[in-house]
Amino acid sequence: MLSYILRRIVATLPVMAIVALFVFSLLYIAPGDPAVVIAGDQASPEDVERIRQSLGLDRPFLIQFGSWVWRILHGDLGTSIFTNLPVSAMIGQRLGPTLSLMIVTLLLTIVVAVPLGVVAAWKAGSLIDRVIMGFAVFGFSLPVFVVGYMLAYIFALELEWLPVQGYTPLTQGFWPWLENLILPAVALGCVYIALVARITRAAMLEVLQQDYIRTAKAKGLGQGGILFIHALKNASVPIVTVIGIGIALLIGGAVVTESVFAIPGLGRLTIDAILRRDYPVIQGIVLLFSFVYVLVNLMIDVTYTLVDPRIRY
Amino acid sequence: MALLEVENLQTHFRTPGGINRAVDGVSFHVNEGETLAIVGESGCGKSVTSMSLMRLVPEPPGRIAGSIRFAGKDLLKLSDREMRAIRGNDISMIFQEPMTSLNPVLTVGRQIRETLMIHQGLDKQAAEAHAVEMLTLVGIPEPKRRVREYPHQLSGGMRQRVMIAVALACNPKLLIADEPTTALDVTIQAQILKLMLDLKHRVGAAIILITHDLGVVAEIAERVMVMYAGRKVEEAPVAELFRSPRHPYTQGLLGAVPRLGSSLAGTATRLAEIPGQVPDLRKPITGCVFAGRCALATDLCRQYAPGLEEKGPRHIAACHYAAKGAVAA
Repeated sequence: MLSYILRRIVATLPVMAIVALFVFSLLYIAPGDPAVVIAGDQASPEDVERIRQSLGLDRPFLIQFGSWVWRILHGDLGTSIFTNLPVSAMIGQRLGPTLSLMIVTLLLTIVVAVPLGVVAAWKAGSLIDRVIMGFAVFGFSLPVFVVGYMLAYIFALELEWLPVQGYTPLTQGFWPWLENLILPAVALGCVYIALVARITRAAMLEVLQQDYIRTAKAKGLGQGGILFIHALKNASVPIVTVIGIGIALLIGGAVVTESVFAIPGLGRLTIDAILRRDYPVIQGIVLLFSFVYVLVNLMIDVTYTLVDPRIRY
Repeated sequence: MALLEVENLQTHFRTPGGINRAVDGVSFHVNEGETLAIVGESGCGKSVTSMSLMRLVPEPPGRIAGSIRFAGKDLLKLSDREMRAIRGNDISMIFQEPMTSLNPVLTVGRQIRETLMIHQGLDKQAAEAHAVEMLTLVGIPEPKRRVREYPHQLSGGMRQRVMIAVALACNPKLLIADEPTTALDVTIQAQILKLMLDLKHRVGAAIILITHDLGVVAEIAERVMVMYAGRKVEEAPVAELFRSPRHPYTQGLLGAVPRLGSSLAGTATRLAEIPGQVPDLRKPITGCVFAGRCALATDLCRQYAPGLEEKGPRHIAACHYAAKGAVAA
């Protein structure tokens, strides 16, 4: 098991290398010249050329890539073209809010979506099932920002139960921290909840047809034990998979959500960096997201062994 | 005294093609400690009968009517909670497919423990100790290790032994075994049957054995009930039934049993079969249910359904010509 995890970590290296090459060349190919942007409207062609040289943008592609990778391996993600701050420091500042948002959304999703899916499968074809699945379609179809503005209008502006926007670090108390994250997490979680609830229902429906569920009933188990112990554990593999894949959805959604709720996280940083063509920052963020995603996939594979004893590596 | 008395059991399913009368007016009883075999071909309603006894038929689309008196209580009148207290405790069940009837993600021990903890209120340690005892009882070697294993680590025969351990953990009064040996190798079949008989004597449970394997019936049953198209067509003590089957369907079933060496002796070139198919249970049947496939059927059979009549000592059959048939055979 431990050797499997180690092997998997080693196997992520080529993946990350390909991601790095892709990230680097994508921005290299993208239209627009960062030297022109930095130099500003008034700059002469000479100024632009000087800046280009100082940034190393005039050197051959492979040399640029090589030195970039070398620096990254030494923990140096470069310096922002726009703010002149180290990229790693900029990302570090913004990590907290985004991580908080993701974790709260993830927990909310699991706590809401899995029971909904289980109940829908149990009562398949009934009114409850149709209402839950109707909500799932609805949640899946609404864009994050629409849900976000609707929630902010109802719960923050009209009812004044929760703050409209902003972020408070966890160090200033649990409730102030959570209070600011509830609406963004619900907005961001909508699509995710819909997806996980649907997959849970489908997986449960299949499991509930199995012979061992009949055995469990014949043993005199109650409905709760049958659904949440005998059935759900068997249905876990697809559910865990979709929760993991959903983290990619969250990363994309966080960018929009943070803008709607003015959360100073990585999403906002990403948008700002793209608008300013701040190449080092964009590269740093994309690399980080890719790394997180690879890590999540590894965690999913390890989780399989916890829920299904037949899966061994 | 009868442990189980089933009267006029009707289990119908609403289907898009009409109401399927899977079990239509079946009555029988099982005495304490007795082994009753229910035989018939696939689709005759024998499994639905057993599922109805446990009230495990999904309702809707199913509907169970009649009465099922178990130890003085009508199971059809109990609440869900009261019924759950009986399942796995007073009445338990073994299924045909040991490969799929155990939960693949829970340990064997946990699956045995569960019934003990629900029904007998044992704590985890006591239940675990009892689970190990049960595994020893059903002849599983190294029970202390096996109790922590998962079903996929066991062979088919071992899994069926575990199923038996689960079923007998709470000393049930009635054990329903739905084709318990069908999915197993012949040698394992014999072992499992022997085990069931041993445990039956030890625990003193009555058994309802559902099967289409007449060899198994001859080996362990005391009484046999033959079902066809959702109805009981014949019932007799096992020796009596094998010696003089009265119903043409039963005669057909017994005639279709292959005999070892018959082809060598040149006495039979082809196994006897019953021509035709089971009638569509979604359509009302007038007359005898077997008339369409019966060589002896007359207009009388096609118009009037025969009732169950006494044809011999403790022997009943539903056939207008049963007595004649017996003589002819």
